Amino acid sequence: MSDNTTTKSTYHVPVGPIHPALKEPVYFEFELSGEEIVDVDVKLGHVHRAVEWASRKRNPVQILYLAERICGICSYCHPVAFSLAVEDAAEIEVPERANYLRVIQGELERICSHVLWAGVAAHEIGFDTVLYLTWEIREKALDLTEFLTGNRVTKGITMVGGVRRDITKDMLPRIQKDLKYLKEAYQKLAHVFLDDKTFKLRSQNCGILTKEDAMRLCAVGPTTRASGVKKDVRVDISYFAYGDLDIDYITPDQLTGSVNGDVYDRIITRLLEVKQSIDLIEQAIDKMPAGEIVAEPKLAKLLAQLKKVEGEGVGLHEAPRGEVIHYVKMVGKDAPYTWKVRAPTYNNILPWIPMLKGEQIADIPIVAASTDPCMSCTNRVAIVNKKKRYELTGEDLHKLSVEKTRRMMQ
Amino acid sequence: MAKEKTPEQLVKYFKDKFKTKIKSAKIVKKKAGLKKNETSSIWMKIDKSIFKDTVKHLVDYQYPHLAVVSGNDLGKTIELIYHFSVNFGTRLNAINLNISVEIPKTKPEIETICDWIPGALVTEREKQEMLGVKIIGIPDTRKLFLPDDWPDGIYPWRRDKTGPEKYYKNLHEVKK
Repeated sequence: MSDNTTTKSTYHVPVGPIHPALKEPVYFEFELSGEEIVDVDVKLGHVHRAVEWASRKRNPVQILYLAERICGICSYCHPVAFSLAVEDAAEIEVPERANYLRVIQGELERICSHVLWAGVAAHEIGFDTVLYLTWEIREKALDLTEFLTGNRVTKGITMVGGVRRDITKDMLPRIQKDLKYLKEAYQKLAHVFLDDKTFKLRSQNCGILTKEDAMRLCAVGPTTRASGVKKDVRVDISYFAYGDLDIDYITPDQLTGSVNGDVYDRIITRLLEVKQSIDLIEQAIDKMPAGEIVAEPKLAKLLAQLKKVEGEGVGLHEAPRGEVIHYVKMVGKDAPYTWKVRAPTYNNILPWIPMLKGEQIADIPIVAASTDPCMSCTNRVAIVNKKKRYELTGEDLHKLSVEKTRRMMQ
Repeated sequence: MAKEKTPEQLVKYFKDKFKTKIKSAKIVKKKAGLKKNETSSIWMKIDKSIFKDTVKHLVDYQYPHLAVVSGNDLGKTIELIYHFSVNFGTRLNAINLNISVEIPKTKPEIETICDWIPGALVTEREKQEMLGVKIIGIPDTRKLFLPDDWPDGIYPWRRDKTGPEKYYKNLHEVKK
């Protein structure tokens, strides 16, 4: 660090690239004055794997499996957004039953993701019993995913023009049993997160994102809805079967009567969305028509059809973390000419800056975690202060956060 | 906020404003679900000279959501597609607005829209390093995803000699 930065009485703390609150490596550089964060800079690209380039020699069906491996938690959103883009370019009509099945898979993934996030958020503030509670619930949701798709994480359920596995009548009792469990578990979770003093202490008035900033910085998903922006792809446009279902924007004021845009509001938004997702799965099962589950079941025929396509398409889907968008340009060849993937976190990078400014070091994990459900335990912070350099391990940072909770409880 | 426009009105509004500078505009309507509710997408190709004005009009009409900017290397030109959505906030009312601008490779420059939409910064920085487009007036010129020691004049999304070909073909040489 150069000398002129230390003369200013502020100092810099680099956090990352292995980051306390993210599975994906991200590098933050904080400018601090005492405990307070004055400015933040974010650097990306540590795990840019050039998947888009890897797609140049693959056909659309092969790309589905590549897309599935972009993210472990969103392993349904990416292939399905890619399918939507290809279907848009190729003008493929998806059968009605497949549209409903796609809703069920999408909502189940949202439950898994939000519950996982709730657990890690609790861990970040030192409330580890809640972590175990939420992950027990998530196990049930994952078991249901395995029952429906054959796999827990990489589901391989999407196909261009539909889905690969049907839900038959004999599967319904098991689904209903699990949904009942999830509903009861939701009540328990809501009680812990909404009535507990510790959560309110650490998350209210912390990491605030105003509605104006959310709009101007193009934030997406629960992050933007917690700030009061009504933006949800499922409600905004008609795709899959969402147009048929009863669904509305979830904003925190539905529960508390006001929108603050803080970490607490983001917790509320995600919790309400878990309830909404259970409800949507039930609606979809009720209303699901009989029929085909894929537009073209013969793979060779589908590939021959896709090979002739010339045009471009966009696929939009509301992933657990927000809007995911894929753009595909096809030029009458095996592989698409261009494939652009934009994951929700891409748009939620800039909103971190206003959220973190003015907060304390101990708030970094929970604020950074509040936009995104992916987190990691391996982390390291190097503090550089007046030519002295020392490092904080992930455990130290976590300890700081836990100590703050304790202080506030006294 | 002005009164919400239908896709047809929106296209007409821009055509009246910019006349022949709107090179083409098509509206795609897709039905989904049993109720067959429609979603409209507008694909509009515009001239580079009116690009900034178009975005300004859009911001004045209703603050749009910019999803991302995607790009194609079309040989002699580079195409940038700005994926906006407008009219969101009420049920089944949103329009996907894809504005495409072509810029020549001999002078690959375009104005920044960060002054109207600050959230465009991430995607503009990405276009700068991936496609070699110069974004005029961008508040942050650093690289986004690529490492700082990435060689100058190599752009991963290009398909000509400035593309990344030789780097992946001769990885053992680069790694020395």
